[in-house]
Amino acid sequence: MAAETGFEMSGVTVTFGGLVALSDVSLAVGPNQVLGVIGPNGAGKTTLFNVACGFVRPDEGRLRWRGTELRALRPHQLAGHGIARTLQDLGLFDRMTVLENVLVGATRHARTSFWSGLFALPRHGRDERALTERAMAMLDELGIADVARRPVASLPYPVRKRVALARALAGDPDLLLLDEPASGLSNDEMAEIGELIGRLTARMSVMLVEHHMDLVMSVCHDIVVLDFGKVIARGGPDEIREHPAVLDAYLGEDVG
Amino acid sequence: MDRLLGRSTLRRHLTLAVLGMLVVVVVLESTGPFRNAQFASMAYYGIAGAGLTILIGLNGQISLGHGAFMAIGAYTAALMLQGGDPLPLPVILLAAALVTLVAGAVVGVAAARLHGPYLAGATLALAVAVPGIPVYFSGTLGGEQGLNVRVPDIPPWFADAVFFVTGQDMSRSRYLGYLGWFCLVVTFVLLANLARGRVGRTWRAVRDNEVAAELAGIDLGRARVLAFVVSATCAGLAGGLLALSARIAAPSGFTLTLSLLLLSAIVLGGLGTLTGALIGAAMLTFVPQLVTGLGQDLGLTDVRAAELAPLTYGLVTMLVVLFAPAGIVGGIRAAAARRRAVKTSGTSKEARKDEAMDEIRGVTGDRHPGGGVRRG
Ligand SMILES: Nc1ncnc2c1ncn2[C@@H]1O[C@H](COP(=O)(O)OP(=O)(O)O)[C@@H](O)[C@H]1O
Ligand SMILES: [Mg+2]
Repeated sequence: MAAETGFEMSGVTVTFGGLVALSDVSLAVGPNQVLGVIGPNGAGKTTLFNVACGFVRPDEGRLRWRGTELRALRPHQLAGHGIARTLQDLGLFDRMTVLENVLVGATRHARTSFWSGLFALPRHGRDERALTERAMAMLDELGIADVARRPVASLPYPVRKRVALARALAGDPDLLLLDEPASGLSNDEMAEIGELIGRLTARMSVMLVEHHMDLVMSVCHDIVVLDFGKVIARGGPDEIREHPAVLDAYLGEDVG
Repeated sequence: MDRLLGRSTLRRHLTLAVLGMLVVVVVLESTGPFRNAQFASMAYYGIAGAGLTILIGLNGQISLGHGAFMAIGAYTAALMLQGGDPLPLPVILLAAALVTLVAGAVVGVAAARLHGPYLAGATLALAVAVPGIPVYFSGTLGGEQGLNVRVPDIPPWFADAVFFVTGQDMSRSRYLGYLGWFCLVVTFVLLANLARGRVGRTWRAVRDNEVAAELAGIDLGRARVLAFVVSATCAGLAGGLLALSARIAAPSGFTLTLSLLLLSAIVLGGLGTLTGALIGAAMLTFVPQLVTGLGQDLGLTDVRAAELAPLTYGLVTMLVVLFAPAGIVGGIRAAAARRRAVKTSGTSKEARKDEAMDEIRGVTGDRHPGGGVRRG
């Protein structure tokens, strides 16, 4: 269904030594859809993202994004294809300011060459200003424009979390992979993230790895449940809530 | 600063460059041949140090082999100055930089795959191996004795122009001083442009977090090779100037010691800052003579006094690493930040201080480039 317009993963298997981290996983995300990926710790959710981003090569399986075979691409090429991701540990550029972090996220839109930067040509200045405007707009959208010039390392965790989100969004992605965006946040902050994801669906598809069930159930159109690297259930929020295998494997032990 | 120098990067850097050049003229014109020669040395140390501090401080790659790149630049210049009718000096210095650029690209491609101790080891090997090359090809490269370098005549227009401004005749060492500092100012402007713009930001992103940088669309290998090439090119230019100043290019001038001195100089100055590179260069140039003189005053024999310099250097390095780990520039910034923090009153005092301290952390370089071989 999503072959030409969305993201599709089919028959993906990943093993680390003897450990099967993903086993014959297939899923699809259509345009403007939010796909939730849930499962207990160690189920393979982050590995799934690593496969999608080219950091982990699957032993088997295919990955397609808008009709392009992703396995042929290297990780840094994905941004150019409109795929962005946040990292579970944020992975901020710790010795840079908030604005600089987000500017790096906007690298995809940079237009000028090494040479115009070397000689600080007006062209480079204009490009930098355009990138800065884009980055500031992103910071504004996330309500952290006032800390733009602060070093990220000096900020509290929830703010840093927003910076990571702003950095991913600065590239104007069409597919956004969010790895536990609500972990460590208060209920209010989580609600804001939920609203944000809702707004983002107007312009992109989202894959969401998250432990907080309220959030997952409220924003996802579709949910895939992983356990020991296998898809044990899939369906809409209502189906998943009632699914016996899910209750067994996951919700029973770890209701967020 | 912004109000004084303007917001445009180029205008800001050019203003600083012109001011710097004025200081250079005053200093070179008011000192004699011996000091002129020292300032010429400081210029090439400054250029090489600036290239190295960009590589280590902004991109987190270490190089213990920059002396080898200086050697490549020096030998290129020396070879081009062998004939009776050499090309103009700017062409020769440009060639020294370009030949080293190519060498830097070759080494950089290998270096981009290595990290921390592995990269240190590889560049160390380079520093050890390169001085052996002239010995092996002693026919063209002069063997242990090296190649003598004849400094070409001073262009009459230049001597006339300076005479017109200062009323003094141009000596050869003053000419080399001007040449070196002109190259330094140009190099610093270009490096500052890079550091302040997108390229520098990309380098720092790669330094801080590889995975996140890649996700943002940065080709890690490309960014690393670029930083290495820029850095090596600076070393090549510095080498060319060194050959002119020393009037010789010989293996003994490019031992491992040179690479290590260069490294400790920029660590002392403050990694990742061009000012730090300049301070480091000044120390490389003036400290040995200062200490030797002091030793002689204290009644040591010349030989013993000369041994004091490296000792002092080692001690100072240790002290700086212990008490001002961000180097001299970092130390000064921290002190200034503390003063600002004390001055700003009220409840935001602590917050201000945090901010100021982080500002310092933000600008200082990388002292712990990550370890291990890069993820395949
Ligand atoms: N690079 C790796 N090398 C070896 N094992 C790994 C690697 N990455 C993940 N794993 C293992 O794969 C399993 C799935 O991990 P992960 O995808 O991080 O789970 P989740 O994100 O669902 O908590 C875990 O058992 C983990 O230890
Ligand atoms: Mg995970």
